[in-house]
Amino acid sequence: MRSPYRSEADVCWGGRDFSFQSEDQKQWLERMAARGWTAPSWPREYGGGGLGREQSKILKEELARIHARPPLMSFGISMLGPALLKFGSEELKQQHLPPIVRGEIRWAQGYSEPNAGSDLASLQARCEDMGDHYRVTGSKVWTSYGDLADWMFCLVRTDFEAKKHEGISFVMFDLSTPGISTPPIRLISGKSPFTETILDDVRVEKDQVIGELNQGWTVAKYLLTHEREMIAGSGLSGAGSMPVGKTAAHILGTENGMLHNAMLRTDIARFEMDLRCLELTIERARDEVKAGVSLGATSSMFKYYGTELNKRRYELLMAINGNDALDWQGGESQDGLLPKSWLRSKGNSIEGGTSEIQLNIVAKRILGLPS
Amino acid sequence: MALVLNEEQLMLKDAARDFLSERAPLSHLRQIRDSGNADGFSRELWTEMVEMGWAAILVPEEHGGLGYGFTGLGIVLEESGRTLTPSPLLGTAMTGAVALIRAGSPGQCSEILPSLASGEKLLALACDENKRHEPDQAATEAVESARGFCLNGTKTAVLDGHVADIFIVSAWTGGGISLFLVPADATGITVKRYPVLDTHAAATVRFDHVELNSDRLLGKLDQAQPLLDHILDVARIGASAEMLGIAQESFERTLDYLKQRKQFGALIGSFQSLQHRAAHLFGEIEMCKSLVLKALQALDDDVDDIAELASLTKAKLSETTHLATTEAIQMHGGIGMTDDFDIGFFLKRYRVLETLYGDRYFHLDRFARQRGY
Repeated sequence: MRSPYRSEADVCWGGRDFSFQSEDQKQWLERMAARGWTAPSWPREYGGGGLGREQSKILKEELARIHARPPLMSFGISMLGPALLKFGSEELKQQHLPPIVRGEIRWAQGYSEPNAGSDLASLQARCEDMGDHYRVTGSKVWTSYGDLADWMFCLVRTDFEAKKHEGISFVMFDLSTPGISTPPIRLISGKSPFTETILDDVRVEKDQVIGELNQGWTVAKYLLTHEREMIAGSGLSGAGSMPVGKTAAHILGTENGMLHNAMLRTDIARFEMDLRCLELTIERARDEVKAGVSLGATSSMFKYYGTELNKRRYELLMAINGNDALDWQGGESQDGLLPKSWLRSKGNSIEGGTSEIQLNIVAKRILGLPS
Repeated sequence: MALVLNEEQLMLKDAARDFLSERAPLSHLRQIRDSGNADGFSRELWTEMVEMGWAAILVPEEHGGLGYGFTGLGIVLEESGRTLTPSPLLGTAMTGAVALIRAGSPGQCSEILPSLASGEKLLALACDENKRHEPDQAATEAVESARGFCLNGTKTAVLDGHVADIFIVSAWTGGGISLFLVPADATGITVKRYPVLDTHAAATVRFDHVELNSDRLLGKLDQAQPLLDHILDVARIGASAEMLGIAQESFERTLDYLKQRKQFGALIGSFQSLQHRAAHLFGEIEMCKSLVLKALQALDDDVDDIAELASLTKAKLSETTHLATTEAIQMHGGIGMTDDFDIGFFLKRYRVLETLYGDRYFHLDRFARQRGY
């Protein structure tokens, strides 16, 4: 558990049907969860670690120091949890947070629809009041690991007369409920990390609504800021692996300490310059929050910057590896890990709100530019 | 150290902004230009800045200074970038001061630092000789003589060279580069002032058999290259702090304009093509703020190797301030091209600061070398 991931199979996602890759992986999750350190900053009463910002930072630094793998990757922790903590009732928190901390329930996000991508608030999944329960019909798309998840948090329309932002509710349901199917979506990388989620007369319990009915957009937006911060980190995904410039020097060799191709060298230098800028700005944003001065609605800026940077990283790695980077199968290329990651990175600036949507948000909410 | 300004530094920032916006708004620069002021800055205003303590920020208390550190001086430089106030802050208070603090003998420090802190003496770093910045090349030579050294050569693009009382000169001394503190009134020095595009001035300085006492050597004989690199790195970070002020001010002025100017019956700030460019620039400027603060704090912490961070900072600030000042002109449209309107002044000052002590190409190259490729 003290070595970098070798492949996606090394990631521990938890959930009802998760098959641990090793006894070590299982133990690492259980021991960290027992202290609440899978969700260090959550309150102890919901199973979290109850740590303050400073303590959380120290824990993170110490884990990084020993090169520890994250004990658990979880949309429950990175996305749903913060929204539940802020908007959820006491009952909902008690019901859902502790299993998330322990990695027992794996969550999926039901946001996008075939006709609601960038214009998310135009979503049409219909949620009807059936007296003692709700009934949901519609289709969601771009559900990360929808076929492997146990529960879904989902945006549905509960008022078709209201303005588009005002008729949305935030509901949760078990994905084993009858009427749900999750056909996979095959990506340009050949992989299928996403599914559709077809909802056909799905029963949803009345107590599984976060926030007020028809007020789901507020919860949705709050959750999105957390999702964006998570995706922004993808710009830093190389952390722990060899820096791009060093990789280039290693693979291509240097002459008088310089890469042979001056144009490639310049692009790498500009990439590493911007990467360092992003790292420092994330650090500054955290320090400003700690000091009580907030940078404001900057998750959009980080999402934009981080994902564009990650795309540049893979473009450079493709160039550095040249012909070898075209290898699609077989042991030497780890089954085309690099070209597949390169292709996957193209989605970074689309998922969680496109780069263009992030720039719209910065222009309107931070810069105050007119509509 | 947390990447935020502390209470005291925030107060300094406010004080600097208040002073500069009141005493030296952009009209001050315009007035200096239009009055044909040969110094390129106002001596009266410099006296007031000295009274604010700004010449003494880096100077240790034992030499009549404040010993307040680089972050403090960086804050003042950033604010003076917003108002484009010409002054000897960068050349003397930052670059000159650090040369002596870093390498001055006790005698040199007690001779020069008090008069530097009191604003009486101005210093100028003279290290460039060629078109592009190449601080490891020096055709200027100093040979040992009866008094000490005899200096011969010509230095170009000497910032504040036309007003300096003391030059800090790099010269080849046979076994390597050495630095000398050369009094401007020494026999054999010819200073040729020339105006620079941003209204400031610089000079070409010729040293013709200039005899120097041996105590004019700054640092070690033949081994001053690392010292010169360090002095330059400090100057580069100072120039970057000033560029940060320029980038922010021209961006904010442009944003205001986008919210006022109407075309096609709409505010031009409502057009998505302009919104996206403004939002992108906002992000780049945020990156620059983090970088400049980190670099200043690293100087205060006296980290061993500042080269990589200094080059990173100068390269990024050059790139972003270029974007900010050129986008400012483009988004202002025709009026941005007129001399009556102020926005063009930011582009001109930026251009000088990018060129000074290495532009983005120099520093990207140096950054890559530092990173091993």
